[in-house]
Amino acid sequence: MIAEIGQYVLIIALVLAAIQSVVPLWGAARDEARLMVVGDRSAIAQAVALLIAFAALTHGFITSDFSLTVVFQNSHSLKPMLYKVSGVWGNHEGSMLLWVLVLALFSATVAIFGQNLPPTLKARVLAIQAMIGFAFLAFIIFTSNPFARLSPVPLDGTGLNPLLQDPGLAFHPPLLYLGYVGFSMAFSFAIAALVEGRVDAAWGRWVRPWTLAAWAFLTGGIALGSWWAYYELGWGGWWFWDPVENASFMPWLFGTALLHSSAVVEKRDTLKSWTILLAILTFSMSLLGTFLVRSGVLTSVHTFATDPERGVFILAILAIAIGGALILFALRAPGMKGGGLFAPVSREGALVANNMLLTLAAVTVLLGTLYPLILEALSGGQSRVSVGPPFFNATFSPIMVPLVLLVALGPFLAWKRGNLRMAFGKLVPAAIGAFLAIIITYLMVPGGPALAPLAMGLAAWLGIGAISEWSGRIRLFRSHPRDALRRIHELPRSASGMTMAHLGLAVMIVGITGSSAWRAELVTTLVPGQTAEGPGYAVTLESVIEGRGANYIFERGTLLITDGGRPVAKLNTERRFFPVANQTTTEAGIRTTIFGDLYGVIGERGRTPETADAWTVKFFVNPLVPWIWLGAMLMAVGGFLSLSDRRHRVGAPRRAATALTKRVPDSAE
Amino acid sequence: MRQTTIFLLAATLTCLIDITVSVAVEPDEVLDDPMIENRAREISSELRCVVCQNQSIDDSDADIARSMRLLVRERLLAGDSDDQVIGYIVARYGDFILLRPPFQANTLALWLTPPIMAIVIAAVALLYCRTYQRRRIKDTRPHRLSLADRRELEALVNRFAAVNLAPSPHNSLSNEIKEGLNPRDPDANTGEGKPNGDGTPRPA
Amino acid sequence: MRQLIIILPLAVFAALIGLMASLLTDEERNNNLSRLPSPLVGKPAPTISLPAIAANVPGGLSTTDLQGKVSIVNVFASWCTPCLAEHPLITRLATEGARVYGINHRDEAADAITWLRRYGNPYAAIGFDADGRASLEWGVTGVPETFIISADGMIVYKLAGPITPEALDRKILPILRELEGG
Repeated sequence: MIAEIGQYVLIIALVLAAIQSVVPLWGAARDEARLMVVGDRSAIAQAVALLIAFAALTHGFITSDFSLTVVFQNSHSLKPMLYKVSGVWGNHEGSMLLWVLVLALFSATVAIFGQNLPPTLKARVLAIQAMIGFAFLAFIIFTSNPFARLSPVPLDGTGLNPLLQDPGLAFHPPLLYLGYVGFSMAFSFAIAALVEGRVDAAWGRWVRPWTLAAWAFLTGGIALGSWWAYYELGWGGWWFWDPVENASFMPWLFGTALLHSSAVVEKRDTLKSWTILLAILTFSMSLLGTFLVRSGVLTSVHTFATDPERGVFILAILAIAIGGALILFALRAPGMKGGGLFAPVSREGALVANNMLLTLAAVTVLLGTLYPLILEALSGGQSRVSVGPPFFNATFSPIMVPLVLLVALGPFLAWKRGNLRMAFGKLVPAAIGAFLAIIITYLMVPGGPALAPLAMGLAAWLGIGAISEWSGRIRLFRSHPRDALRRIHELPRSASGMTMAHLGLAVMIVGITGSSAWRAELVTTLVPGQTAEGPGYAVTLESVIEGRGANYIFERGTLLITDGGRPVAKLNTERRFFPVANQTTTEAGIRTTIFGDLYGVIGERGRTPETADAWTVKFFVNPLVPWIWLGAMLMAVGGFLSLSDRRHRVGAPRRAATALTKRVPDSAE
Repeated sequence: MRQTTIFLLAATLTCLIDITVSVAVEPDEVLDDPMIENRAREISSELRCVVCQNQSIDDSDADIARSMRLLVRERLLAGDSDDQVIGYIVARYGDFILLRPPFQANTLALWLTPPIMAIVIAAVALLYCRTYQRRRIKDTRPHRLSLADRRELEALVNRFAAVNLAPSPHNSLSNEIKEGLNPRDPDANTGEGKPNGDGTPRPA
Repeated sequence: MRQLIIILPLAVFAALIGLMASLLTDEERNNNLSRLPSPLVGKPAPTISLPAIAANVPGGLSTTDLQGKVSIVNVFASWCTPCLAEHPLITRLATEGARVYGINHRDEAADAITWLRRYGNPYAAIGFDADGRASLEWGVTGVPETFIISADGMIVYKLAGPITPEALDRKILPILRELEGG
């Protein structure tokens, strides 16, 4: 019964989306408030309908209603409650429902909090959102119905993939979707602006908070996914340039570019058509990601079971949405007037360079991800290549180096025309820090890869550069600490957010460098009680015990790590066997400190009679690896801090306008 | 359609058998000679586990990945160079096995697009710098004087006018100078950090 | 420049959509008929020399056995579900007169014998490849895989994945007919 309600409201949502995609547009064209207001109401109603549908599906999972196909295929009565709930979006149908729910919630937010948007702009934005919603609701209802019933009703379900039964992965998809789908707002604003034929600084100001929120969520989502891969996949890797990972990374790269170029639109009323294009491209990448993951055009450890029919449907959505947007752009963009002139050396100049480098990086990732498919299609399957981590590392890193150099410099340049000499003067501490970092790294780890000290220098340059820009603004070292404290309070939060995000990038570079350059490992077999000498540490397999978890049985190995006889850490690592899925997973034992991780896993028991008492033991020293996620967290928190700036709050522009007249305007960001 | 579903099911089953992600290199594979072992690890990380999605044989626990790791070590112990080992495997599995696609006719577009794009971007940036220089000179030529200079000049003109009351030529000169002092700088009106539309609702 | 920025994304995008559509609607791709082109096609079958699974199972397979007559080499294992799915088609090929050899890939001898007893043994001879080393010589990516070898010992065709009725009708039988006719 509850599932039928879910099915019913899903159809209602589809109808509402249809209304919402037409009526407000018509109202905006005829300038009739009565028609435009329909958009607000149906956006809110649609969100409510989808909340009910989502609740209905969740109910199906919680109560283990195996008459629902999705529940049967992805749940099991013995599964812990957390994973029954996360099972709702741990499958294709449910995750699509989450996708449209997030979309509808974003639309409803615009409808409720966007009173100060020009009515026509708001009506058009909601209509575009509704068109996307309509397409995906139709996709769900016609190809991936989460409420499809099974008959006869099975006694129990087949269970969720054990790899996905993990707290990190339970929250990874919702965060990712908040990011992916959040970029739909920038897209809708861009299309609405093209329809209106008007883009100005105010438009930039409305688009920024949405981009910022989506970006921060996506940053968090990607970081969570990579953290999960690190501790769950069991060999200490954290980024694999897998097509599915790239699918989330491409919108992030374009989104980062959009975040920066929309600042230029907001502050300087220029770079308008480029920013519109970026908004379109960013959301296109989100759609492309959805297509790649779900169409069956590629297969991966992470992909859901696929079906070519679904692929064709999503491809059609992609063709209409992006094709339409790009055609509209091609028609309207030439009419858009460029804004004020700016010097090559200026804040705008630095942001344009940032955009160019990020776009280059995104195009490289896109090319690498799609190239095997392109070649396969062009050659009729006769010519196949793989594009893996070595390609991405070789092409991506050289693009990142000038970008990072620039990130430290940019904030020191004034708008319109900057003074390079003065900026470099303020970067002297950063340069000294970078130099010291290179020397110290080289002296501390003389044998490592030659590029590692340089990378550490780069991180120091960026980190110190970001901090000295911020401390210069609050005059940390040039005035009384109390004054500095007051200035922190007065400093726009967006400025502090930017500093934090840039600092996060520096921290992340430290983590990436440390973990990839100085990783050490020990691979051996040990009988309980036996000790082996590893890199810098001795590893003892203390014991292996067997036990039973909620829906699995496990072997738990305890590794004692000692440094010169002194115990450093005790790592508990498990091999879990899930009988329902007939699958084994590995839980790594990790000891995290600020200097890095000690990471241990046990493998299989020996197969031959002589080795039957021995277990495979692997022990990794991953220096500085936690800095990667610490950095990502700083970036995401920086994004939210920036979002909390009063000028960025949803519905802020009007209040901000009055605030601006009272306060001396500062050139933040 | 049903056919397709069956195959997808079969394919999924194959995957379940082949792909169990966990710890890759096993202790019994590790060679005694650390030099050769390191080379083996390097080579392994460049070779794709063909039944997996974008996993190297060094990372994958699939049976075929293990067989290939052993094969790599076998060839190295037989005295092959790194390139010979890779060539041996490519001869049997094709370019698909290489995670770093070789630079050849069918990968030209892949390897060359990023550098070409970088060059184009750099060229456009240079072009912009030069146009900016030219436009700036053209735009600012009449307004080269700084505020202090203008004041000084104005004072001089006034003093000149006060001392020398002769009408025609000097008056017209002073007018001309005054006219020239009127700011006509195209972007002089754009206030620093102050956007044009601060969010006040536009008339619809 | 401006024109380029405006038109380029559209052109690239249109091309991409076309290519993706062609991949998605590629009947052969969807049916797994052309998964991975093998560089061994057109080359002599790689040298292997494998023992029999057991004394009572017809077997032992070396490359010289493949000379002189068109033959099919099928890589299989008792633990592989798709192998079971294609088994009736292998059997049909054998009963219709094709010479089918088997390579038993990474199997336990006892399991393989039980499997063959239960589902029938259509193979003229089976080579036992316990550690999968010989399969590597043949560029085997997984089980099942099927090769067609011409009379002069050249690999003519390779199918990765199970033989399906489509693969049989559209690829394997026509190739066999051509090789035997010509």
